[in-house]
Amino acid sequence: MSKASKLIYFFIFLVTILGIVPWLIEISGRWDYYYTLTSVALLSIASSGVWLTFYIGRINIGQGAYALAGGYVVAILVTKYDVSFWLSVPIAGLFCSFVSMLIGASILRLRGVYFAMITLVLTEVAKLTAMSLPITNGAKGISSIALPGELSIFGISIIPDFSTLANVKLAFYYVAVILMIFVFAGMYRLVNSRIGHLCRSLQQNEELASSIGVNITILRIIAYSISSFLGGIGGAIFISISQSVYPTTFQVADSINFMLNVFVGGMGYVFGPMIGTLFIYFGWDLLFTTGKYQLLIYSSIIIALILVLPNGLLSLRIFNKSNKREAK
Amino acid sequence: MSTILEINNVTKKFGGLIANNDISFKVNKQEILSVIGPNGAGKSTLFKMISSFMKTTSGEVLLEGKRISNLAPHIVARMGVVRTFQETTIFKTMTVRDNIIISHHLRSNSNLFGFFIGSSTARNDEREFARSADELLEFLSITDIGNELASTLPQGHLRTLGIAIGLATNPKILLLDEPFAGMNHDETMHMVDLVSSVRDRNVTVLLVEHDMSAVMKISDRIVVLNFGELIAEGTPKEIQENKIVIEAYLGSEDDSIGL
Repeated sequence: MSKASKLIYFFIFLVTILGIVPWLIEISGRWDYYYTLTSVALLSIASSGVWLTFYIGRINIGQGAYALAGGYVVAILVTKYDVSFWLSVPIAGLFCSFVSMLIGASILRLRGVYFAMITLVLTEVAKLTAMSLPITNGAKGISSIALPGELSIFGISIIPDFSTLANVKLAFYYVAVILMIFVFAGMYRLVNSRIGHLCRSLQQNEELASSIGVNITILRIIAYSISSFLGGIGGAIFISISQSVYPTTFQVADSINFMLNVFVGGMGYVFGPMIGTLFIYFGWDLLFTTGKYQLLIYSSIIIALILVLPNGLLSLRIFNKSNKREAK
Repeated sequence: MSTILEINNVTKKFGGLIANNDISFKVNKQEILSVIGPNGAGKSTLFKMISSFMKTTSGEVLLEGKRISNLAPHIVARMGVVRTFQETTIFKTMTVRDNIIISHHLRSNSNLFGFFIGSSTARNDEREFARSADELLEFLSITDIGNELASTLPQGHLRTLGIAIGLATNPKILLLDEPFAGMNHDETMHMVDLVSSVRDRNVTVLLVEHDMSAVMKISDRIVVLNFGELIAEGTPKEIQENKIVIEAYLGSEDDSIGL
């Protein structure tokens, strides 16, 4: 597929999520969908981090830990130190990156199910840490976090103060989807550059990769820290919407969901996490009407999906055209 | 001839088992040296120590006078000692050409960030990698399978690809782990030619092999291991006539039939 048609698809995508979706919500009056879609955007950012660790051949079930850590960093910076929200979010991401480098240096030596098991524990560790540290305020968590303030550079206001806006939900929606576009564009570039090829070489054979001179230790840590950065910023914005964070905001179940988003969307596709998150989040919401059978139906569908479409939703034939586009 | 690689008193113990005991020999520049020996003689262990995939218990390996033993494998690869694998180890879900291109990574002048933003150094690298990969494909006469998925290749081509991956890193020394294993006579002869032509690219070749006829044909010198000990070293002719070697392979000299 040519560069021009790629740009056209990208443009259609932009118009849809920035124009058509808000317009549809406007005329249908389903304001609650803003919250749903914002969540999907933020969770898909965190999921794309998980996807990157899959790409280097590691099953990561610990993204909830970094999302929680990112959330707490923003909560503490905004409420206790009066730091601007717009500055706190990148700080939260970098904090998670840094922590993940320390943790990753040792656990990334593990492969397969062993790595997965350790990461599964991380979320629980993060929760217990949040419960016991004085600065995180224990089980009570941190609430009434101020809405994002004004962002201005050289006195020119770029983003207005959220508390002065009539429609905060719409503002958060725009922040989340624009960030999502940047994250996925960056990820697409990453995967299609030499770095992506090196990651694939790791995924397939670490011994051979190191024998052709790839520094596998550093590359693994870089990938994992990018992954955690995305988990951190995703979590940070997520808690700013509800303006509160608790040790249970992101739990083991959420970490598993991040992983499921990737599985269901398709591990081989950069945009898999986006589709997967959309499908799972909306699917769960739509099944709400089935009452007590919700979880049963939901789990059956997920199991069936993984059995029938092991390569994810994007491997379906109707998506195949776009798959080729992504691969090139 | 000048020495490129020195193995000095290398010993490897696994608990009580001695896999390599006090092995010393030298490899000359641009020669083809084979390491042979019966099963369990410690050939593969020795190879792993030379490429630093395994740590030595004692002793050292020197490349042009610099110690390379017990460093990280990717650093040894950067210094110019590159191994291929016994099993057909390749990047399965990539095409043959991509396998070779990625193996040029060592030659890249750009850092990872440069590749991400597509700096001019990175783009030059990419062009150079692609050009060199095509040249290698042609050198090994596998241009026609360049766009095939590596996982679909037959044995013989896989082995060739393994060598191509090794050559792409621009090594000083290429370690080939059983390049003739599981091949029929024609394939073996083809591979013998290939390995000889590799040497003409200014690469020193060290190989571990079982196929005696190929080894005798291709090697400049041979090192024989038995039960972890170096028992003989010399030209193919010397080795063929060496009593200790014959005994090691055949058990006793009473019913010696010669090799």
